[in-house]
Order: sequence, then C-alpha cells, then structure tokens
Amino acid sequence: MVSLTVNGSPHQIDADPATPLLYVLREELALNGAKYGCGLGQCGSCTVVVDGEAVLSCMVPIMLLEGREITTIEGLGTIDEPGPLQQAFIELQAAQCGYCIPGMMMSAHALLRRNARPSEEEIREALTTNLCRCGTHMRILAAIRRAGELMQAASLPAADQGRAG
Amino acid sequence: MGILQEEITRRSVIAGAGGLVLSFSLNRAFAQEPLPAMPPAPPETLPGSLDDERFLDSWIRIDPDNSVTVFTGKAELGQGIRTALLQVAAEELEVDPAEIRLITADTGRTPNEGFTAGSQSMQNSGTAIRNAAAQVRALLLAEAARRFGMAATELRAENKAVLAKDGRRATYGELVSGQMLHVEAQPQSALKPPGTFRVIGKTLPRVDIPGKVTGQPAYVHDLRLEGMLHARVVRPPSPAARLTEVDASAAEALPGVVAVVRDGDFLAVVASKEFQAVNAMRALAANARWQEGETLPDQTDLAAELQRLESEVGTVAEAGMLSSDGKIFEATFSRPYQIHGSIGPSCAVAQMKADGTLDVWSHTQGVFPDRAAIAEMLAMPEDKVHVIHMEGSGCYGHNGADDAAADAALIASKLPGKPIRVQWMREQEHSWEPYGPAMLMKISAALDDQGRIASWAYDLWSNTHSTRPGGAGALLAARHKAEAFQPKPAKLNISPSGNGDRNADPLYVIPNKRVLWHFLADMPLRVSALRALGAYANVFAIESTIDELALIAEADPVEFRLRHMEDPRARAVIELAAQRFGWDNAQMPRNRGRGFGFARYKNLAAYLAVAMEVDVEPETGRVHVIRAVSAIDSGEIVNPDGIRNQTEGGILQSISWTLYEAVAFDRTRITSTDWSSYPILRFASVPQSVEVHIVERPGEPFLGTGEAAQGPAAAAVANAIRDATGKRLYDLPFTRDRIRNAVGRA
Ligand code: FES
Ligand code: FES
Repeated sequence: MVSLTVNGSPHQIDADPATPLLYVLREELALNGAKYGCGLGQCGSCTVVVDGEAVLSCMVPIMLLEGREITTIEGLGTIDEPGPLQQAFIELQAAQCGYCIPGMMMSAHALLRRNARPSEEEIREALTTNLCRCGTHMRILAAIRRAGELMQAASLPAADQGRAG
Repeated sequence: MGILQEEITRRSVIAGAGGLVLSFSLNRAFAQEPLPAMPPAPPETLPGSLDDERFLDSWIRIDPDNSVTVFTGKAELGQGIRTALLQVAAEELEVDPAEIRLITADTGRTPNEGFTAGSQSMQNSGTAIRNAAAQVRALLLAEAARRFGMAATELRAENKAVLAKDGRRATYGELVSGQMLHVEAQPQSALKPPGTFRVIGKTLPRVDIPGKVTGQPAYVHDLRLEGMLHARVVRPPSPAARLTEVDASAAEALPGVVAVVRDGDFLAVVASKEFQAVNAMRALAANARWQEGETLPDQTDLAAELQRLESEVGTVAEAGMLSSDGKIFEATFSRPYQIHGSIGPSCAVAQMKADGTLDVWSHTQGVFPDRAAIAEMLAMPEDKVHVIHMEGSGCYGHNGADDAAADAALIASKLPGKPIRVQWMREQEHSWEPYGPAMLMKISAALDDQGRIASWAYDLWSNTHSTRPGGAGALLAARHKAEAFQPKPAKLNISPSGNGDRNADPLYVIPNKRVLWHFLADMPLRVSALRALGAYANVFAIESTIDELALIAEADPVEFRLRHMEDPRARAVIELAAQRFGWDNAQMPRNRGRGFGFARYKNLAAYLAVAMEVDVEPETGRVHVIRAVSAIDSGEIVNPDGIRNQTEGGILQSISWTLYEAVAFDRTRITSTDWSSYPILRFASVPQSVEVHIVERPGEPFLGTGEAAQGPAAAAVANAIRDATGKRLYDLPFTRDRIRNAVGRA
C-alpha cells in the first residue's frame, strides 16, 4: 500500500510501488485529466503538479510521492465552478482536440503559483516540454496570460477589484 | 459505468418511441398540386448527405417530451464540428443550441456518412442537417396550421414551439406524432435568409471545451467499463518482420497477466491493470524472435526510389502546347514521409458479448467502413458489429485509429465477455500509423517577354494518398493474423478534388500546361490520408515556382499572383492577406524575409492566402517564423471562431511539417520512433502572432476549412526563407542542417 494525497484527499493505493503515477491517477482514482502521450518524458500531456512543481507523471513511480501534495486538473475547479485557469481556457477557446490541454494547464499552474505576471519568455519556457499537435499554441499562450490576470484580480482586495474591473 | 448505461437507456427510448403510426403524409406540408399517377421518376438529388440518407428522421428526431435529437454520421475530431452542426440545426429548427442532443457517428444510430475527412463535414452533413431542419420546421408549422385552422404563414416557430398570432401555442413535442418525420426529404427547403440568423455566423463557444479543461471523460481513452481488461500489442520490429518463435512464460508469470494472445504474427498481452499490461508487453517482446527483411527504400536517395517505383502515369490537366520559349525556370522539389503524430496514441475498447455481437468504441474517422473491415477480419456478419465513435486525440487524417480498433476487436474475439482496452505505445504510433506519402515534384515553367507564364510542365511522383476504405486488408491486425488479409492494390484515379494530385493543377491562368501524376502502386512504407493529401507539397512546389518566376519577371510576388488570377474570390483573399500583413517592398533587416502563399483547396473549396515574416540564423540554421497573417474564404460562415481556431492550427502544423518533420528509416526498420527522433514544433519556435481574417460570404455554400492552410503556409515559409537568404530550398523539411548547407557562412 502506498499513501498518496491527490487534490487534497488522502488515498491508499494498492499497486506496485514502481507504477508511474499516471497509471494510478487514471486507473485507481479514475481521474481523466492527466493523459498518456508518450510515457517517455517527451510530450508533457501527463503533467501534474507535485509540491508546487510541474512533474511528468508518466516518469515518477508512486513510491517517491508519499507525503507529497499532488494536484491534477481536477483540483483546479469543476465544470460548474471552474477555477481561473480553466475559466481562461474556456474564455479564449484554447483547445482544438484538447488532449494536450490539461498538461499545458498544469505546467502553467506551477508557473502562475510562483509568478502571476510571467513574461512571454517565462510562459514559453514553462511549456518547453509540452507538445501540441493541433497547433493551438497561440491560444494556449493567450489563455495563460489571461489566467494570470484573473488570478491577480481575485487576489486583490475587494475595493481594488472594483477599480481594476 | 455512466456512458454505457446512458447508451442503453437512450437506445431503448429511441427504439420504443414512434409506436403510434399516423398516416401523415409529407405531401400535405409541401403539396402544391396533387401527384399524378405516373411511374416513379428516378429520385431527385437532395442537398448534401441527404442524398444518401433520404429520410428526415434519420437526421432529426423530436420526441413527445419535446426533446430534440440531431444525428450526424460525422465525428468530432477536435475540429469543433459538434458545435458547428448544432448551430445549423438550431438555426433552422428555431431551437436553442443547448437544447439539442447531438448524436455523432455510431453504426447503430446515425446516418452513414463515410469518413469525416477532406474538410467536407459542413458541405455534407452541415448541408443535410440544415435542409432537414428547415423541412422539419415546415412540417411542424403545417401541422400546427392544420390544428389551429389557420395558414402556416400566420404562425411562427420559436423555442421548440409553434406560436399563433392569437396566442395559441403548441410545442414541437405536442405537434409531432408517429411517423410524421419518417418521410423523404424534398430537394428544396425553405432555408432561413442570412439576414434573419440568430446562431449561424455567430461565435458559439465550443460545447466540448468546459469538460475537457475540467477532467470530464471526453476521449475513448477515458472509457472505463465494468470488468475492463487492458491489452498491449507487441508489434513486429519492422514492417516486414515475421514472428518465428515466442516464449510467453515470462510474460505469463507476471502479476495481473490474464492472457497472451498469438495469432500468426499478431502478438498481444492482456492484464488486469494497465501498467501490468505494459510490463508484460515488454517481457513478451524480449522473448519474441522475428525474421526481418530489407524491404524499405534507400532514404538517402528517395527521389530515385520514387521514380523507380513508377507504375503508371495519369494526366491531371492539359491545355495548349508546351513550349520552351522565353525565360525558363526548372526545379525539383520533394517532400518526405511524414506522420500524423497524434499526441495521444491510438486507443480502442471492444467487447464480444454473450449474444455474439461485438461492440467497438473507436476514434475512427469512419464508423461504417471500419465496421465493414472489422467484420471481414473476424468473418462476422456486419450487423453483428457495432462501432461507436468516441473522440480521440486530434488525428489530422487516417492515423492508427482503425488499427487500434481492429487490435481491440481481435483480442476481444478471443476473450469473449470481457471489455478489452488497447492503447498503443508512443513508439508504436510513430512506427505503425500509416504515413503521409513521400512526393517528388518536377517543374519546368516558361515566362514570356510580357512577364506572364506561358508554359508550365509539372510532373509528380507519389503513391495514392488514401488507402481507405481498404477492407480488412487495411488493418494491421488482419494483415498480421495467421489467416492474413492482403491490402487492396492501389489504383490510379484522377478526380476533380484530387488525391496525390490534389492542387497539382495551378489555379493561375496559364495558357499552355501539362500536369502528370506518375503513380506508384507499390507502397514500400504504409501510407494513407494525411491532412490535405497531395495539396501540401503540390502547393509548396507551385507557389515556390511562382515566386521564382516573379523574381525573373522582376515583379512583386503578390502583384505577380494577381496578374495571373481571374477568380475574384481568390483575388480577394490574396489582397486581404497582403493588406493586413502590410505587404510592401521595404528593405528588411539582415536575414529577415517575407513570403506569400496562396491556394484554393482542391481547386474547388476554401480560398486561403497567407503572408509570413521569418528570421533565419545562418550560423545555427534556425528558422523562426515571426508572424503569419492569413485570409480565408470558406463560404458561408457558421462559427467564425471555429474557422479561426482551425486555420491557426493548420498554419502552425504546416510550419512544423515544413521546418522539422521527416520519417527516418534504414533498409529494414523505421528509426524515427519518438518525439526526439521525430521532432515537431515547440513553444520556443512558435510565432509571436498568427492572424486569421475571414471573408464573409453570406448565402454561399459551405466550403470547409480544416485543410486549407497546409499548402499555402508551407509555401509562405519557403518563400520567406528565399527572401531572407537569397537561397531557394527545394527539399522538405527545412532542417537546420539544410539551411546551414544552403546559406553557408557568408
Ligand atoms: S506522457 Fe509523460 S511526458 Fe509524454
Ligand atoms: S489541442 Fe490537440 S494536441 Fe493540443
């Protein structure tokens, strides 16, 4: 048994401790966000956030993750109450097939937690591993900039928010 | 699980309704005059796919509870077709798009619309649904008119109900009864005039995006059925390899392994958990012996190989007499084999049920042809196979989807009762999907002393670009199993929309020309449809040549194109792209260049022009597209943001093909098996901006959008590099090595 904390909830996982996190998220926890793309650390579609850092879940065995905070896209909000990053991707229609998008969002989540106003260079740098085959790149970049704005607006005191809006 | 449960309930609801049969004839609604008793005339041509599925209720169903269901044989591939089809249905039915349930490609439920390919979904399915919806609305109005005893013109349809001026109201659910919609469509529909649109032409947010960004199940990859097992296939190490020996004991001894399946050269493992299946696949692969052969062409001399394989020649276009008077430009261009490269490898789930029927969930582009092929492979009657489309990762053509479906079906047929999920590994997707075919293009063009193109000879060497529908022989599993199926021989076929010869005939006015397709029947590498087929490389070659001719004529490239273009819609996109780009002849900084590209896709669909600005680093050979500005005319606009999204994507994907992509192989094996040996566009090289300007054409037919950018974008990159460096590049892709070699150290 390996204990994992995913999106704030503890789980006891009955799987080989060498199993990469990706398979456990998808199969044991029935979470759809993290996607298998290559299993080789080359595409980023399996990206999740562990203790604030973007991590390729296809590469990390669960035995290394006990006691760590794992966040997946399901932890950013729900379809009825989307979080700011999700809102921004919806607002800017930043998806074609959408398969790469959760990985993009988790890379962005790790970046925006550190720095809500990243430069264009910093955004691109944070997404170096993430591949998109549909060519949705421009919208992904725009959605991440927008998410930064939404997060900043949300963290301003209410009085300022009125002014900012 | 949820999805299955819902399937079953919906199916029984649909099957159970419509029990009450009233003889309501279509004639009543559309009657102008009584039908004379005459022998039946041949059926009239109906709009779009209505011509093949002629009954209104094949497309639109209204239930007594006032729910509206629309059926399409087309599939969502990430192109946003669900949303666009909902828009046309909602418009003509006078319903809110959110109130419509849309059922996509499913052999048990939807019309057969062949493949979702060729940017034809709006022309075929969009046109059918739009006309069917307008005719259903007319029937409902006529029925309400009859009940209220007033003229249909006194009534209006709104929000799933018909309203009379005196305040009387009947919902669609109340009006519809029995077989009322089970009538053949008419050739003419009373379509809403463009000025009255509420939904068409407006940006409606894509209906699938909220679920996809919050982790809802959206793809066949996310399907989890009760008792589902995970399978992995052990593919041969090379295309022609035969399995000589395998020791399954090590794999069978691993935890969770349920079965090892061998059928001829087809080898697979089945396990309870997915990662157990991956481990078992590796153990099994390590204990399999294969006999391999050198069957692949020599990649270092692909041009010669393609010419050597020529089996027949077809004439694509011919006019006047070729001549070699004037100034001549001659060149040979080439394009390598390229992959679809879906980010999510192909996946399918199949279950052989106790009643002997087989369910297959697949991201195939054609549920009906895929069903036929799978039935043939398993020697089952077609009606015992049920193929249901679920989304996959974007496919851009015929990728491994159908093969993964066949893998799952073959394994499921050997383990009845259990749902079997197969997902390909990354290396398998790179090595085994059918590739976009390599091409060779030779041009000889002559310019007269007025600076006009006088003569144009174009020779193209290529395989077919589509091996669909190919029956069982098109499926890897069927080719590998002991009772093996052979691929169907490829045939040369010259058609208006083209195949390898798509867009080989330039749209420019050229009095003397000859365009030939040197057809290769043999396929040393397995190939099939990749977005835009031959248009990608043909437009690249033609538009590169146009720029060289403009240079010889000392003309501006945009002006030179306009000089040879009569079609006003073509001229409009060329002018719009140039204007929005700020096209001029001003001196650019060193190693900067601008380039232009244009084509009308298939010479009969969407018009697209694009201008780009690029920066070239001579020392590293790195090319960076700084900005791209495009203009598109794809007929009447249903969802402008959908058109922009797909066009941006097409431009970026084409930049990726053009700068980075080539399948690599030695004489035996494919050697580009992952994203490091087959690199694609990364964020560091994405342009600063990509603009898409749409020409509005209200009332014009839909022309489709998805593939229009592939050729023009490649040409714009090539022409901009030429402008920046003074060097013309002829061979795709323009890798750093090739750029360095061409540009050298100045
Ligand atoms: S699936 Fe993990 S990086 Fe590709
Ligand atoms: S949206 Fe399809 S791969 Fe990125």
